[in-house]
Amino acid sequence: MKHTLSVLVENKPGVLNRIAGLFARRGFNIESLAVGETEDPKISRMTITVDGHDQPLEQVTKQLHKLINVIKITDLDPASSVDRELVMVKVRADPSNRSEIMQIVEIFRAKIIDVSKTMLVIEVTGTREKVTAIVKLLRPFGIVELVRTGRIAMSRGTELT
Amino acid sequence: MNGATAILESLKREGVEVVFGYPGGMVIPLYDALFDHEIDHILTRHEQGAAHAADGYARASGKVGVCIATSGPGATNLTTGIANAYLDSVPLVAITGQVRSALLGTDAFQEADVTGITLPIVKHSYLVKEAADLPSIIHEAFYIASTGRPGPVLIDIPVDMTTADIDYDPDGAQKIDLPGYKPNVKGHPKQIKAAAQAIAEAQRPVIFAGGGVISAHASEALRELALYAHIPVTTSLTGIGSFPEDNEALSLGMLGMHGTRYANYAVTNCDLIFGVGVRFDDRVTGKISTFAPDATVVHVDIDPAEISKNVAVDIPIVGDAKRVLTELLTQLKKHELSPERHLPWMRQVADWKRAHPMVVTQEHEGEIMPEYVVRMISEITKGEAIICTEVGQNQMWAAQYSQIKHPRHFITSGGLGTMGFGFPAAIGAKVARPDRTVIDIAGDGSFQMNIQELGTAMNYRIPVKVCILNNQYLGMVRQWQDLFWDKRYSATCVACQPDFVKLAEAYGAQGFRATRASEVEEVLRVALASDEPAIIDFRIKREANVWPMVPAGGAIDQMMGEEDR
Repeated sequence: MKHTLSVLVENKPGVLNRIAGLFARRGFNIESLAVGETEDPKISRMTITVDGHDQPLEQVTKQLHKLINVIKITDLDPASSVDRELVMVKVRADPSNRSEIMQIVEIFRAKIIDVSKTMLVIEVTGTREKVTAIVKLLRPFGIVELVRTGRIAMSRGTELT
Repeated sequence: MNGATAILESLKREGVEVVFGYPGGMVIPLYDALFDHEIDHILTRHEQGAAHAADGYARASGKVGVCIATSGPGATNLTTGIANAYLDSVPLVAITGQVRSALLGTDAFQEADVTGITLPIVKHSYLVKEAADLPSIIHEAFYIASTGRPGPVLIDIPVDMTTADIDYDPDGAQKIDLPGYKPNVKGHPKQIKAAAQAIAEAQRPVIFAGGGVISAHASEALRELALYAHIPVTTSLTGIGSFPEDNEALSLGMLGMHGTRYANYAVTNCDLIFGVGVRFDDRVTGKISTFAPDATVVHVDIDPAEISKNVAVDIPIVGDAKRVLTELLTQLKKHELSPERHLPWMRQVADWKRAHPMVVTQEHEGEIMPEYVVRMISEITKGEAIICTEVGQNQMWAAQYSQIKHPRHFITSGGLGTMGFGFPAAIGAKVARPDRTVIDIAGDGSFQMNIQELGTAMNYRIPVKVCILNNQYLGMVRQWQDLFWDKRYSATCVACQPDFVKLAEAYGAQGFRATRASEVEEVLRVALASDEPAIIDFRIKREANVWPMVPAGGAIDQMMGEEDR
């Protein structure tokens, strides 16, 4: 089962290494990881998606809690949280198919952020499902490069992540 | 003040009186400051010895142990000692030199990424980037090492930090700002009440006490509770000493693979197991599905990650063992327990003890049995000595046949099982407790792993006594080869060994040897009476095995003995 962990950490050197190392030692593969400062520059937030059974994941969470620099960990429930990913796709485009690609971009409320004679760079923001869907549609045109940020997520409503 | 002096002043403020270490290029400024500082330095003969000595010092004293090494190989030599302290939750601060900050990451001479290497074996670590941070980092390091579940903290210090001038403000460094570190010491009152209820109702209760009881200074609280509720107590290997083993009625000795039969039977048949400061390690539980199958499991530990890690817990209590046990006793007293409430169980336990005692069989003129040596050490020292052990058969015999009465009097490498630990740890223990006789019960293999520390013992006249149970084998592995590998003694016969008596004499220490049982007592009395470091070479029966034994992964009530072979 997929889990999205939102981890508040002290913004100090080596913290990422400690966290990544813990997942590796316990045999977990990190699927995606997004790190950045929070509203407080002394604190960073890591959003980590992992695939794993509940019980071993609980043990990893407890071990994560033991890291001195880890402040808080939330295992986000998809039903009560919102999540997004940002993806940039460089896709082959020539005058014959450019408008078709632009239609797809429009439908998905994505953006074209760079145009050249033979390429388009498209920016997509959305859930993993939405991103996967547009990538699938763009693939026949020839995707040259794809960059994903990894998922970020937040609790809905007044609840703090 | 330069960084080096600030380090020492900060250590002094933490109550440090002695450090164990070994100099090198990147710690020359630190050693220069040590030269005329009031903190004592004990120069070991290898950095691993320094780490184990600091560990032994910490275990014997209850204080934080400190070791120092230089960058690169000095620091990597500490790692076994750091891992050892990590697995047994020993408070240790390891200070390593590092190449100067401008050279970090350039593969400079004697550079190793020590914070990286030690990441999985430290409670926390620091790579110092600002000399001004040294005092507060040291204060934090001691706080982290000694609170919550204790453990080793590494401070890696580039040499330029120690030569830089800083404004040392002793009070300014005393603030602790660790938003992610708040150990829960109190224990949930509701859970404690629930535990008291379950314990009061149990018909066949057993207490299982571990190293956490000792590190929480909770032995007295445990003793009071066990005596009040009249519940038998078994311990883990590192829990030995948490409950007085001379309590005939209640002490069951050690649990697990080489535990006593009566402890293993009691745990297998109990209806409540009350674990305190234990982690239900695989050497204790054997096959998990047959471990205390009918029992309600109550588990007290300071580390929430230990709850239900190996054994599913019914009533978990996260908190400091001493606080929880004290509160639990108050709650138990409300139930007004009668010692008669579980009389059949206590009779059963006593029957098991009578039927399967840990006896020593020794012919007076015969080959020396290792159990006899251990029992004799215990008798001569009246159970008041601090017993350190190496790892393997010697360790198990020491655990089984020493009668330990006090906490911090049995010092052994439990989790990591580090051969070579016992001798340097004994040196550290003797430095911490000069008033106590300190004995390292050793194997000939383990002793040779840190034999160079004889130099340290002689240098500072630290009169530890090494009792080698010498069978000229790497005995525990040989025992497994004997039992499970068709007696194919692959690489376990180490008959080529030094003459330990001459070796002791070469260092200026005292050397003794006993080859017949009739010599054991006399040799021990003479060796223990002197104020010098001594080695006693006991030539034991070569193929003696540790009994009883639970084969790995077996149920703990299915024990093998000599008679089952």
